[in-house]
Amino acid sequence: MAIALRDLTLGYDGHPAVHHLDGTFVDGSLTAIVGPNGSGKSTLLKGITGMLKPLGGAIERGTTPHAIAYLPQAAEIDRSFPATVADLVALGHWRKRGLWGAITGADYAAVREALEAVGLRGFEDRALDTLSGGQAQRALFARVMLQDAKVILLDEPFTAIDEKTTADLIGLIRRWHCEKRTVVAVLHDIDMVRDVFPEALLMAREPVAWGDTATALAPENLLRARQMHEAWDEHAPWHDAHMHTGRAA
Amino acid sequence: MNLFELLFGPFFTYGFMSRALVGAVVIALSAAPVGVFLMLRRMSLSGDAMAHAILPGAGVGFLIAGLEILPMTLGGFAAGLVVALLAGLVSRLTIQREDTALAAFYLISLALGVMLVSLRGSSVDLMHVLFGTVLALNNDALIMIGAVATISLTALALIWRPLFAECLDPNFLRSVSGAGHPVHLIFLALVVLNLVGGFQALGTLLAVGLMMLPAAAARFWVKRLEALCLVAVGIGVASSYAGLLLSYYLSVPSGPAIILVAGAIYVVSLLAGNRGVIRTRLVPPRHRVA
Repeated sequence: MAIALRDLTLGYDGHPAVHHLDGTFVDGSLTAIVGPNGSGKSTLLKGITGMLKPLGGAIERGTTPHAIAYLPQAAEIDRSFPATVADLVALGHWRKRGLWGAITGADYAAVREALEAVGLRGFEDRALDTLSGGQAQRALFARVMLQDAKVILLDEPFTAIDEKTTADLIGLIRRWHCEKRTVVAVLHDIDMVRDVFPEALLMAREPVAWGDTATALAPENLLRARQMHEAWDEHAPWHDAHMHTGRAA
Repeated sequence: MNLFELLFGPFFTYGFMSRALVGAVVIALSAAPVGVFLMLRRMSLSGDAMAHAILPGAGVGFLIAGLEILPMTLGGFAAGLVVALLAGLVSRLTIQREDTALAAFYLISLALGVMLVSLRGSSVDLMHVLFGTVLALNNDALIMIGAVATISLTALALIWRPLFAECLDPNFLRSVSGAGHPVHLIFLALVVLNLVGGFQALGTLLAVGLMMLPAAAARFWVKRLEALCLVAVGIGVASSYAGLLLSYYLSVPSGPAIILVAGAIYVVSLLAGNRGVIRTRLVPPRHRVA
């Protein structure tokens, strides 16, 4: 399923963090979003999930935002909550089972399989507060697997994760790509992006380059992205296009 | 006097004792699971704040109809909901956080409630509203408590999964469903409902005791959510029974006796529970070979 961005502007308090972005994450594409801190990468993912409403432009999803699997940066999971790994992963059945549908034996079998696929065999009954950071991230990938979504968004999934875990989880991302799912991941490791991701979107609040990874991440583009000015201009004039949407002060 | 008579005699001999027991046990059954969720959401003090917030509504009911159950309960429920919603609204619309807004509103409510009750009633009436009269539960009060428990347990069963998800991983719930916000509101309504349910028996200030103390004590014994709810209910029921019996033999006020027994169970759990102070701090740690 494709995600099309039409002159999209996203931001906070009227300050754009993503400015006039046009383009499409093609159906079945595997794209990395790259750019310096504060360049609007996470903001863009939040926009696609529908959690952040656009200040201008539009996002065409061809599906309800709830059908998109989204793994936020440093997921705010309450690990002291009395739940097991299986409880956490079984939440991935949400779209299939909804608010009241019973979680069946087959569903739990699927939880076990997903845990095996992420290298957590036998972790079903472990309490969440006994997991390491890497194990927790593996469990969250298992949940994304169960969500069986056509579009998967991952926000810096490998921050503070060791090499072995990263390699395993990249295998999973490759598998999703083979299954023709549309996968978008925010990443910092340029070498990994060149290795794994056929397409890249380089951002510095304004889109710098979007397309084939080798071209998009050419040295001159990376240099341009690095020169982005991070600070907001508190007195930047209001953009005309937003004046009549009632955003003006 | 044999042991059976000692332990159960008062409840067979005196109608007011058996009514008090039924009322308190049903309140414990319904309020303890709600208390478990309040505790797990780190909203333990919100329960207390909302218990105060009920007062002006109950006070208006009292002004209109005197010590009648239905008007005071409905008034209390409305006032509790309004304060809970206002606190949520303030945190959403302004920079102030929900806990500060809740503190502000419950203080206003408490003062307003005391003033309203005093306008018409005596200090005896005020004590009645603040601390309840578990030994004077009439049929209407018992029916009210039963209705509250039925609604509360049914609603909790219906919202169990989204509430679980909202506690564990609110962002995930937001990404897959729009249920998070309504579920939070329903849960707040259940808190208020249970507090007004307990208010006839234990008063506005002590009703929250059968909600929070069993939940807090259960946390020292078990880990799983379902187990926490069951153990909390058990502790609530045991406190109701033991508290009433103590109040009978020692001639002390019943409501405070019930809550004090629950408090004693909490302190014992804190010290001697599986995850209490003694086992985790004073017993030398051991570890397995692998």
